[in-house]
Amino acid sequence: MADLSVNFCGVEMKNPLITASGAYGYGRQYTDLYPLSTIGGISTKGTTLNEKDGNPPPRIAETPSGMLNSVGLQNGGIKSFLSFELPNLEKNNLAVIANVAGGTIDECVELVSMLEGTSVDMIELNISCPNVKQGGAAFGTNKDSAAEITKAVKKATSKPFMVKLSPNVTSITEIAKAVEAEGADAISLINTLLGMRIDINSRRPILKNNVGGLSGPAVFPIAVRMVWQVANAVDIPVCGMGGIACAEDAVEMMMAGAECFQIGAIMFNDPYAPVKIINGLNEWCDKNGVKNISEIVGTVKPW
Amino acid sequence: MYTQGMYEIIDKEQTAEGTFDLTLSCKDLSELARAGQFVHISVPGFFLRRPISICDIDKDKGTIRIVFQIKGKGTDTLSKFKIGEKLDVLGPLGFGFELLEKDKKAITVGGGIGTPPMLAVAKHYGENVKAISGFRTKDLVILQDDFKAQGNRTILCTDDGTAGEKGFVTDALNKCVKEEKPDIIYACGPMVMLKAVSKIALDNDIRCQISLEERMACGVGACLGCAVKLNMNGREFYGHVCKIGPVFDAKEVVF
Repeated sequence: MADLSVNFCGVEMKNPLITASGAYGYGRQYTDLYPLSTIGGISTKGTTLNEKDGNPPPRIAETPSGMLNSVGLQNGGIKSFLSFELPNLEKNNLAVIANVAGGTIDECVELVSMLEGTSVDMIELNISCPNVKQGGAAFGTNKDSAAEITKAVKKATSKPFMVKLSPNVTSITEIAKAVEAEGADAISLINTLLGMRIDINSRRPILKNNVGGLSGPAVFPIAVRMVWQVANAVDIPVCGMGGIACAEDAVEMMMAGAECFQIGAIMFNDPYAPVKIINGLNEWCDKNGVKNISEIVGTVKPW
Repeated sequence: MYTQGMYEIIDKEQTAEGTFDLTLSCKDLSELARAGQFVHISVPGFFLRRPISICDIDKDKGTIRIVFQIKGKGTDTLSKFKIGEKLDVLGPLGFGFELLEKDKKAITVGGGIGTPPMLAVAKHYGENVKAISGFRTKDLVILQDDFKAQGNRTILCTDDGTAGEKGFVTDALNKCVKEEKPDIIYACGPMVMLKAVSKIALDNDIRCQISLEERMACGVGACLGCAVKLNMNGREFYGHVCKIGPVFDAKEVVF
């Protein structure tokens, strides 16, 4: 058995697998299959200051090796998270990363202030949701606004602070450097890629929102490329995600430079994916003489 | 409570044009299953699972039946699975229908491929249920012998009159309600049908539970994809078919 534990920004995790925001709710949905403590950490459903109703349906469209979603950050708001969801998460041995999103900088500041003094281990600021009209990707697709919001939120939190980047940009390294310069402790990427499907019979987009975020194995090579570019451009740790479907993908993502990784859409295909990936990582490490999973981080040897 | 496993297809039949009836051997899953719940089936080559309602549950034999229609490439692939092959099934998911005492009077209304989940409900009520089913034409008619075999009174409608009565299920439902007011109505089918059935139920002050579908990803309430607009206690919000559905009180659905 290899040592899969990682220390990410001072947060100890028993393994590097974090369930991605929006794909795992607040961790109550899969406990019929395996205990929540199986996973290293959870990035919670994107939580906003006030309850948010989300976008009209249809919100889901299948794509080759993936899917589009336009959920639109439906969630019960920070108060519901603190009073109902967080106490449940606290009962389990896993790292809790609060994924937060706001329509304005002030909202984001207020949100993270409300998480001060709680058991939340880490903040993940979502500046990359493609499905909301205000905030979201509007912050994350411009280096100046990304820097501005990072600076303001960093001041409001004493917790390890991670910023989740959008891939829908011309230069991902430019944005990464901008958030690093304003004090982000870590970067996570990638959020979904903006996509679209059309029903050729009705000539209507399948999603009521017309466009939505593409995730699943289809985006994996893009995610690996962006993680690799960012890991080489910044000195802060990177959490990699985007299309990871198996243990080998996770190894690849870590070799590209991710210290830990998140999985999302694959759980809709196989709800046991977290268990299989963790077991697969152990086997891979044992077969390849890797004693501690952290040894492989950033070890890709570029041509 | 749900489970996931590889379950063997022990029976398969094409029961109508493009419509297939599979029986799965799945002891643990069948023990948990209730009328109105659904299973989420992985189809090789497709990323998302296919949610399909449970048509019949036999807890003694440890089996469930699903009846589905080819709607696209995923269900086409599913239709090609053979007896003896195994399917990756997650379920049972969602909440099922609320079943009253067996001696209450019920009406089930199934429209097209919405008919299968009505079979499991009707089973509970035996001869105290009138099972109304509607199809476009006779080549699409399914499950009528199954309803009869479990003692249900059946009323068949087709849009073109090629089988049963010519007309819509709502015509038959109106007639039944006038003859004898039921304690409850259950329905599954196209949204336009469900809206009309719900109106009849509300106008006549009859309880009505309807089963909805929506494009779905996780199936367990995690991703919040399969949203449907509800109104509870005067407040409108998006609930989710997989988690608080697929069965909803007709009064609560915003059509």
